[in-house]
Amino acid sequence: MSDANGRFGNSADLFDSRLGPGGRAGVLLPDGPQIDPLKITLDQPDDFDGWRDAARELVMAGVPPMSVVWQVRGEDGELFGSEGAVPPPSGEPMFSVPKPFIDMAKAAICHSDPQRFALLYVLLWKLKANRRALDDRADPLVDRLEKLAKEVRRDAHKMHAFVRFREVAEEGDTRFVAFFEPDHHIARREAGFFVRRFSTMRWSILSPEVSIHWDPATDTLSEGPGASRSDAPDGDPLEETWRTYYSSIFNPARLKVKAMLKEMPKKYWHNMPETSLVAPLIAGARARELEMIERAQANLPQAEAPRPGGNIEGAWAALREEAKGCTRCDLHRCATQTVFGEGPLNPRIFFVGEQPGDQEDLAGRPFVGPAGQLFDAALEKVGIDRSTTYVTNAVKHFKFVLRGKQRIHSRPDTAEIDACRWWQEQERAIIRPPLTVALGATAARSLTGKTLTISKVRDAPLTLADGSECWVTVHPSFLLRIPEEARRREERARFVEDLERIRDRAAALA
Amino acid sequence: MAQLDTREKLAILADAAKYDASCASSGTSKRNSVGGKGIGSTEGMGICHAYAPDGRCISLLKILLTNSCIFDCHYCINRKSSNVRRARFTAQEVVNLTLAFYKRNYIEGLFLSSGIIASSNYTMEQLVEVARSLREDHDFRGYIHLKTIPDADPELVRLAGLYADRISINVELPTAKGLQRLAPEKSEPQIEGAMLGMKGAIEDGRDARKKYKSAPNFAPAGQSTQMIIGADAATDADIVGKASTLYDRFSLRRVYYSAFSPIPDASAVLPLQRPPLMREHRLYQSDWLMRFYGFKSEEVVSAADDGGMLPLDIDPKLAWALKYREYFPVDVNKASREQLLRVPGLGTKAVQRILRSRRFRNFTLDDVARLTVSIAKMRPFIITSDWRPTLLTDKADLKRWIKPEKHQLELFAA
Repeated sequence: MSDANGRFGNSADLFDSRLGPGGRAGVLLPDGPQIDPLKITLDQPDDFDGWRDAARELVMAGVPPMSVVWQVRGEDGELFGSEGAVPPPSGEPMFSVPKPFIDMAKAAICHSDPQRFALLYVLLWKLKANRRALDDRADPLVDRLEKLAKEVRRDAHKMHAFVRFREVAEEGDTRFVAFFEPDHHIARREAGFFVRRFSTMRWSILSPEVSIHWDPATDTLSEGPGASRSDAPDGDPLEETWRTYYSSIFNPARLKVKAMLKEMPKKYWHNMPETSLVAPLIAGARARELEMIERAQANLPQAEAPRPGGNIEGAWAALREEAKGCTRCDLHRCATQTVFGEGPLNPRIFFVGEQPGDQEDLAGRPFVGPAGQLFDAALEKVGIDRSTTYVTNAVKHFKFVLRGKQRIHSRPDTAEIDACRWWQEQERAIIRPPLTVALGATAARSLTGKTLTISKVRDAPLTLADGSECWVTVHPSFLLRIPEEARRREERARFVEDLERIRDRAAALA
Repeated sequence: MAQLDTREKLAILADAAKYDASCASSGTSKRNSVGGKGIGSTEGMGICHAYAPDGRCISLLKILLTNSCIFDCHYCINRKSSNVRRARFTAQEVVNLTLAFYKRNYIEGLFLSSGIIASSNYTMEQLVEVARSLREDHDFRGYIHLKTIPDADPELVRLAGLYADRISINVELPTAKGLQRLAPEKSEPQIEGAMLGMKGAIEDGRDARKKYKSAPNFAPAGQSTQMIIGADAATDADIVGKASTLYDRFSLRRVYYSAFSPIPDASAVLPLQRPPLMREHRLYQSDWLMRFYGFKSEEVVSAADDGGMLPLDIDPKLAWALKYREYFPVDVNKASREQLLRVPGLGTKAVQRILRSRRFRNFTLDDVARLTVSIAKMRPFIITSDWRPTLLTDKADLKRWIKPEKHQLELFAA
């Protein structure tokens, strides 16, 4: 046995091929003589001390893993093997195991896998040959035992989390009683956690395998027989309050059922008072969210009457200030400045144009160039006072190509429109105009998020996401660029007609 | 108005607290109730006692002392101009509720915040009184997280740190301009000043503990903060940069990101859309890259698009890897810890295990697969003894090969 490295260095392989699913270790030796395996009986399914004592003796006597059968008293016994005395130590020096092995073994031994004792013994045997064997985390045996230990720790963690005590009055005193059904043999192992946490409370945790009782008067932990759910009290008056908390802290706008189920699997649900609420909360979530949004819209102030304490003016000024430093797309690099919207914050009509031009870029104000002058003239013609309207652009930086010394306006692309859309939406969110007018396709895209053909949508209003009305017409600069006199006159007349309709509609909405 | 009973108040004041993202109860000193007069323990790692259908854990009793407020912050449901129903707990009620829930093992402790009533100092006094009573009158040894009021008297904030495990001060919004617009009564210098003061107090506390064992344990779980995502124009790059500065300047334990939720009775200044949950998720992932994977904030930001936004369809580490293909493939058998941490799909634990096991074996793809969740994603980025991703890393459409199915995304995308 001294050259254990050579003989047992591969004991993981040995274990792989010899340990069947039944956990019967080494009944047959392939070449050697038939050995009646030694049967070791442990007192309890989580009997670490018993296992350690037996394993120590066995390993010192040189009994290989395949010659040991492990079982727990009272559980279905092994058919093979005999209860014999462990042979005397072979006279080899004692060896110590690394501490991580003890930690892992203490956890893994609580697993419900019937092979756990045998697997640990194989690893112990391997450690004797190579003290660093545990460091090879990719070794299948180490990996498997680590996984067992991890499952036990997870089960323990869930027990810490999901035990629910119920208060019971008991001859002048109170006791807190819980029923919990762990997957593994962890009730004894975890009793300490509850003692440390609830050291001044009288409590009992009942589980199918064992009941644990804590008496703070005498500082004693005692064990009783296993119990069933019916042995635990039915309810606790505080559970209604807890359910109130559970349903109030849930935000219906953020439903993530999968994330919840991952951490709180259904098998734990029947002992937890709050879980009966899960289904109704999920079912009602979308409706509650919509209600939240609807209520928010219903409560919106009329634009003319800012609510007391509201900060519409301040909010708008701060938004404009914020927009000055906008870098959401590359246009800010070449433009002189951000051209923000202007006008009263309770306008009759909210106009959205395309983009500042050369003159607007220099002036920092929308609609002051040639198109703006045409726009002003048209407004005057139909009797809309521009000072009662709010005018802004879909894209707030000037986009151009240089031709000689001239900066020639260039249409914004959809990415730029979509990047800039945020500002327009914020302006509208603050101002809440009852009527919005999209001047041209760029504005229509900014307001609706869709690319629209103006001729198809210009005769009837659209409904925007916030429920308000939006009319679409052409951009005044389009009217400037029509070369033929007759068609230009025709289109201008049509633009004026559109504005008249918008004027009447705005009056009706006011 | 008729008196509300505790349960009615709880419904109102828990509802008002549900927009707060932080819930953690971890990272504090270890203690228990053995030998004491009360109950409670903390064992370093926090416990999530339940999960709500929004996927968030319930670890602490998270409530407001009151949802009345003299401030008018637009993103906040409790702002002065909101029509929401108001309620107010007494300190005693909060203490009783915390103890009753704790005894039944529903919670790890208390996370107490409050609207500002009367004055900042008055409100802070009330918060401190709850914590004091729990600790001193009831010898409560569970977790306490107090949200402090930035402009309260420093002495009160110091007291809060003596009783609480964690202190938080919300930065609220990632940019000063956003704060100015949405929370006109708060200011960045004021909030950051309070954080700086708290940082100093925590450091002093640590020093004192080193010298005198009897020195009080001052906010042992440190300080954290929260910012709201999607209510102002800040890009992901802005947010990541801000978070990184906060970690550096104030030694914060955590920065929480809270996707802005539509709130009942919303202010007119706010967007009404659903919260960008996936965006929030990507920000948390980028936060992890900085805290555990050795990424610098500039590196995370370099994975963002030209508009400064992180991709929503893939995680930021994968986005970074796709952009910097010259770093790959990484040889699992030779690479340094830092290099391994850059491989998409390799977490800190897996890297740890690989490094530990590497002395004993030459890693094959199967070995790596055994130590990780999924091998599919990382294949193009690694070399093992039996695998070399020939040309795969140079494929122009690599993203299409490894990115998750699109329908998974749309469930959460805003």
